[in-house]
Amino acid sequence: MRGLPVTLAARDVILGVEGVSLAFGGVRALTDVSFSVRRGSITAVIGPNGAGKTSLFNTISGFYRPRSGNVVFDGRSLAGTAPPERARLGLARTFQNIALFRGMTVLDNIKLGRHAHMRTGLLDALVYRGRARREELELRAEIEERIIDFLEIQHIRNAPVATLPYGLRKRVELARALAMRPRLLMLDEPVAGMNREETEDMARFILDVKEEWDVTILMVEHDMGMVMDISDHVVVLNFGQVIAEGSPAAVQVDPAVVAAYLGAGDLGRRLSGPEAA
Amino acid sequence: MRIGTLKTDYAADEALFDTRLQKLLILLACAAAVLFPFVASPYWLFLACLCAINVASATGLNILTGYTGLVSLGQAAFMSVGAYTVAVLEIHAGTPFLLNLLVGGLLTALVGIGVGIPSLRVKGLYLAIATIAASVVLHFVFAHWPLTGGMQGLSMPPARLFGLALDQPFQLYWLILPVTALMVLGAANLFRTRVGRAFIAIRDRDISAEVLGIPLLRYKLMSFAVSSFYAGLAGGLWAYFFRVVTPESFPLVNSIFYLAAIIVGGMGTILGGILGAVFMTMVPELLKFVAGLVTPFYPDALALLAPVRTIVFGALIVGFLIFEPHGLAEIWRRIRRFFHLWPFRT
Amino acid sequence: MTDWLFLTEVFLAGLGSGALYAVTGVAFVLIYKATRVVNLAIGEILMLGGYAFFGAAAGWHLPAWVALPVAILAGALVGAVVERGLIRPMLGESPISVFMVTIGLGSILAGFVQIVWGADPLRLPEFLPSAPIFIGEAYVAPKVAYGFLAAMVVVTAFVLGLRFSRGGVALKATAADQAAAYSVGIDVPRVFSLSWIVACGVAAGAGVLVGAIGGISPTMGVFGLSVLVVVIVGGLDSMAGALVGGLFIGVVEAFAGTFLGGEYRFLVTFSILILILMVRPYGLFGTHEIERL
Repeated sequence: MRGLPVTLAARDVILGVEGVSLAFGGVRALTDVSFSVRRGSITAVIGPNGAGKTSLFNTISGFYRPRSGNVVFDGRSLAGTAPPERARLGLARTFQNIALFRGMTVLDNIKLGRHAHMRTGLLDALVYRGRARREELELRAEIEERIIDFLEIQHIRNAPVATLPYGLRKRVELARALAMRPRLLMLDEPVAGMNREETEDMARFILDVKEEWDVTILMVEHDMGMVMDISDHVVVLNFGQVIAEGSPAAVQVDPAVVAAYLGAGDLGRRLSGPEAA
Repeated sequence: MRIGTLKTDYAADEALFDTRLQKLLILLACAAAVLFPFVASPYWLFLACLCAINVASATGLNILTGYTGLVSLGQAAFMSVGAYTVAVLEIHAGTPFLLNLLVGGLLTALVGIGVGIPSLRVKGLYLAIATIAASVVLHFVFAHWPLTGGMQGLSMPPARLFGLALDQPFQLYWLILPVTALMVLGAANLFRTRVGRAFIAIRDRDISAEVLGIPLLRYKLMSFAVSSFYAGLAGGLWAYFFRVVTPESFPLVNSIFYLAAIIVGGMGTILGGILGAVFMTMVPELLKFVAGLVTPFYPDALALLAPVRTIVFGALIVGFLIFEPHGLAEIWRRIRRFFHLWPFRT
Repeated sequence: MTDWLFLTEVFLAGLGSGALYAVTGVAFVLIYKATRVVNLAIGEILMLGGYAFFGAAAGWHLPAWVALPVAILAGALVGAVVERGLIRPMLGESPISVFMVTIGLGSILAGFVQIVWGADPLRLPEFLPSAPIFIGEAYVAPKVAYGFLAAMVVVTAFVLGLRFSRGGVALKATAADQAAAYSVGIDVPRVFSLSWIVACGVAAGAGVLVGAIGGISPTMGVFGLSVLVVVIVGGLDSMAGALVGGLFIGVVEAFAGTFLGGEYRFLVTFSILILILMVRPYGLFGTHEIERL
């Protein structure tokens, strides 16, 4: 499958990763990674541990600066765009290790996601009249009606996040990402560490989110069952390189992928070589 | 048992005081504050003003250190900027006191932003040390600049309102308390909005905050600006209260005092700044009182007052950090929770 | 024409006080390396050493060669108690909280000293030979010279000890990774205790030297602020940095004090501090990673 030209019309592509390379000191985390995410799809990035998946996410978020290559979001190059600005453009994400703010309630954590789209300034905030009050109340109503109800977390809205069990924290993080008015929702291991039932719940939420919010989803995930069930497109990374991409069914039988997952990375590369040529 | 908390719209749920009992208590507190000057002796009025000034400054430090997680040992030095500004304006320009206070606050905010600029590069302890360095530099400037009167400092006329000189605690009370109350209210409002949430996000996890759409430097500097604006206002009030400003009025120990106040009161809560500042202001008075009681039996008690106070300050910092890191505010919360559930669970 | 002899004398005096900064800085670095605690109370522990010496020599009339070990032991004892009672309970708390605990500790020590010995400055009994010393033609105050020698001996002993002893290796391992050190069998809690005991003993000893030169008073703890500048300039986790930084800051202070006036000393050193923080926050010799505290 590798090398099969995935030709998409430019306006169908919401995110283009173009030849991105990233290195930490001498260690190469990503090497010439290229792929596209089609608007409205669920795209999964898979690969063994240390393949560079989270590094890729961090590069797209703007947290790492690639050594070469570029990320294009909705036809606009993101080079030189700071992470907060990318968030405002509609790049929302969750984190592998759950980055909720421990000192805030669930509600405040979710509200925080809207930050980049609000206009309340310092002076408005100090007096809490006019714009500040209106904006906060509108946000509260929207979060309650569209996000909290949807994700079924009414009962914990006022709880401090530190007291929540793991599965719920993941859901709160998703809620916060939804509050960011996402156009591309990046989920970093949304079901890691969950049991079967929780995983199925989360998969359902992801599919519903895609329908209801009309967003594109890019996720990193280890749970093959879930990836194969819900994704439209799969990108396989190994040692920082794309070794295969395509539909779930195609990727599953790709010899390079099979080899990578058996742990023989070199073998995988050798196998994929002739096909790529 | 807590009742009457059923709400019918989001505005009610977002209110600062959300139960009837809370509103009643606040109303009572306001009434008490209005009546207080008419019944209290000048000594108690003096203390009330001092408490209020310290509450204002501690609340400012709490915004920076308690909520944004940027430790500052420069709060007293920031206060000195406000105090000197007010004194210079009062002496040379004779402008109205509210304007002077405002200018003092704004100028201090500018200084605060300057001190905060390294905060993107250096964090935590390094930043705390940078604020010590800034204090040293400010002290030097005030001690050597002719405009600020060198080591002698400045003596200034009292604030005037319609020709009336505000030079007694009774009159100053009506200036200081409302200003402090507004400042505390402003701080409380801040944390109902996106600005306050951004501060807390920076404190808890500044790296992910950036990816979630919060420009770090901008909000760190904003926190510095608000915090030092508060310090500047508090320093201005201080100047009107004591009417003598010298380089030694705001030593490093005072910065530690404010830090101690928010630790003891509870970092990252508005109530904590209030409780801590009042508590720490009252501790020396309490010690004085005890020393007075002991003097008949131990005549040297008063001489020991200063060192005992130093020890008690230190012990309070250490004790609260080890045993009650969330401070008096947390104790207060526990008491409240007890009554919320009482008598069904005790 | 510049008076070279005078400049040399100022320089030597600066080296003398710089050596005391260096030795206290080394004590500071030792604690930081082992426990990652920024001990702002180091100045007060130094002060306590000076007072302990005073108490033993002037109060109990002990000879100086007994009083000095008494002072060092007193410092070590305080170090042990502080580590056990205040620092260990804070394990796992944010570095800022622990830092503030040491601020509180400094306050407690300053008050304690004032209660026992009063607020007035005191002079330590003379115990160093007072024959004038000349290096070339330049005069060096004998106390300063002996202080310099003693401090250099201690610093050298430290650097050698860390490099060649088992304890030094254990310390380095702990500094690099506490959990990993613990898992390979290094008694990390003991490294913690020992580092506090040794460092506070050394600081107390330095306090005797500082007191011998300038007298003692309850405000002597401000010495700690200069030490703070020294270790930031040198790098919080670098012994060599403490040495170089100490001598450098000592000389700078001497020149600033002589040519600009005493009140400029702090201004100049803290300006250097700000400069270092802006340009090289981890100090001249410090490890880069500690930038993220």
